Amino acid sequence: MSDPKIRLRGVSKQFGPKVVLSGLDLDVPERESLVVIGGSGTGKSVMLKCILGLIHAEAGSIQVDGEETRDVRGRRRTKLMRKFGMLFQGGALFDSLRVWENVAFGLIQGEHMKRRDAKGVALEKLAAVGLGEAVAELSPAELSGGMQKRVALARAIATEPEIIFFDEPTTGLDPIMSDVINDLIVQCVRDLGATALSITHDLASARKIADRIAMIHQGRIIWSGPVAEIDDSGNPYVDQFINGRAEGPIHMEVRRP
Amino acid sequence: MNPVALVGRIFLAFLQAVGRLIMFAGDGLSHCIRPPLYPRLILRQMLDIGYYSLPVVGLTATFTGMVLALQSYTGFQRFNAESAVATIVVVSITRELGPVLTGLMVAGRVGAAIAAEIGTMRVTEQIDALTTLSTHPMKYLVAPRLIAGILMLPLLVLTADIIGVMGGYLVGTHKLGFNPGVYLHNSWQYLETLDVVSGLVKAAVFGFVITLMGCYHGYHSKGGAQGVGGATTNAVVSASILILISNYFVTEMFFSR
Ligand SMILES: Nc1ncnc2c1ncn2[C@@H]1O[C@H](COP(=O)(O)OP(=O)(O)OP(=O)(O)O)[C@@H](O)[C@H]1O
Ligand SMILES: [Mg+2]
Repeated sequence: MSDPKIRLRGVSKQFGPKVVLSGLDLDVPERESLVVIGGSGTGKSVMLKCILGLIHAEAGSIQVDGEETRDVRGRRRTKLMRKFGMLFQGGALFDSLRVWENVAFGLIQGEHMKRRDAKGVALEKLAAVGLGEAVAELSPAELSGGMQKRVALARAIATEPEIIFFDEPTTGLDPIMSDVINDLIVQCVRDLGATALSITHDLASARKIADRIAMIHQGRIIWSGPVAEIDDSGNPYVDQFINGRAEGPIHMEVRRP
Repeated sequence: MNPVALVGRIFLAFLQAVGRLIMFAGDGLSHCIRPPLYPRLILRQMLDIGYYSLPVVGLTATFTGMVLALQSYTGFQRFNAESAVATIVVVSITRELGPVLTGLMVAGRVGAAIAAEIGTMRVTEQIDALTTLSTHPMKYLVAPRLIAGILMLPLLVLTADIIGVMGGYLVGTHKLGFNPGVYLHNSWQYLETLDVVSGLVKAAVFGFVITLMGCYHGYHSKGGAQGVGGATTNAVVSASILILISNYFVTEMFFSR
């Protein structure tokens, strides 16, 4: 097997005394779609931001295409960023720009495309996430939560990057639109040959978009395998998670009256 | 805790903050002179900082000039030196009150707005999103504001100088009974180029200080709406204090010889 597109080894990150990632290992093979599942607050978003270099991991190795990137900064980081597209969990749309300008941002600023051409591409991508031309002229504040998410998704894939991160792409969407988005993600991987790393709590979506699934718990990947094996992983943590049971090895820190 | 250790710790934290600010300023300035620049964004900031500040600055200058004429008249009347009123008004406005009052007003208006805007972008991950779209936030957000501040404040102050002198002229001729021709003549005659130039240099420094503090506090804000509120307050307070401090040093630089 060829080298993985992204290889994480022993990645650690803590905020003050709070340890979030503690020696996390993960491989994302090229042109595959990996989905990471795990409880809320287990560090999934932090892991993505560490790979992107938005948060500096204290220890470990983060390789992209075989190149060590944990300490890359400045111009080389900007160049490296061209490989990535990211859908933020909260959308993170630029509220000073119109919807289409948001989607076209990477094309205009990163790839120096003409505004006119970029608008064409942006409208195309917006159509792919089910948003029409009327929406393109609005400002993000005028959209519903689910519409914002779709715009953010369109922005993440607009430059057709090699590696795309989706942080909860379907939360806040209705089941039908979720499925449209799932198809879109699958299409990015199949047709554009992208490598996708997604985070989701939605197991239906995970089963649909994943080639492989990995589960994160207490700052580590505790199980990973092909999507077909998720139901008989033999791992009690995974079983508890996919069946959504409150009883099991994973303890939610809630106090019962 | 040991009080000596506490003082030491506070002092170290202070030095650290100063160091961080200086690094930030250097980084921001270096992005101002390295291409690519964003003319579109610079123009927009120039409008925001310059043009839209005109009403506030104009009102401030008018009343300052008016009050100055009135006050210096009552003062100088005591030793029969009323003829100095025109000169006093023009010199105090161009050297001191024009730049300082304009600086303080703009610090309240623009510094707060910058800190709030950039701070909101920080806490909603828009700044992270910029980075993932291969755009350097220092270049895209900070540099245009610094450039606009440094260029527009001198223009604003020049306007304030003219309006302020006109305010003094109005009071002088209508209320204090000066002959219009004589008043204007006195204004001109004793005015030196250095009076105006030193005021404009101050203005450029203040423009830098205001935009820098807005950007710096916004950029480093954290923790949601409350964090952004804190950043806004800090930006205005620190800009105002730095304006008053730097005002002294620029004055000394010009007039100590
Ligand atoms: N900037 C930060 N400063 C301090 N702590 C942070 C910061 N970012 C994240 N954390 C902490 O790291 C932990 C993991 O956060 P993260 O956002 O990665 O969770 P997550 O797995 O994405 O959860 P969810 O599924 O709810 O989005 C949380 O406990 C959070 O409190
Ligand atoms: Mg998350």
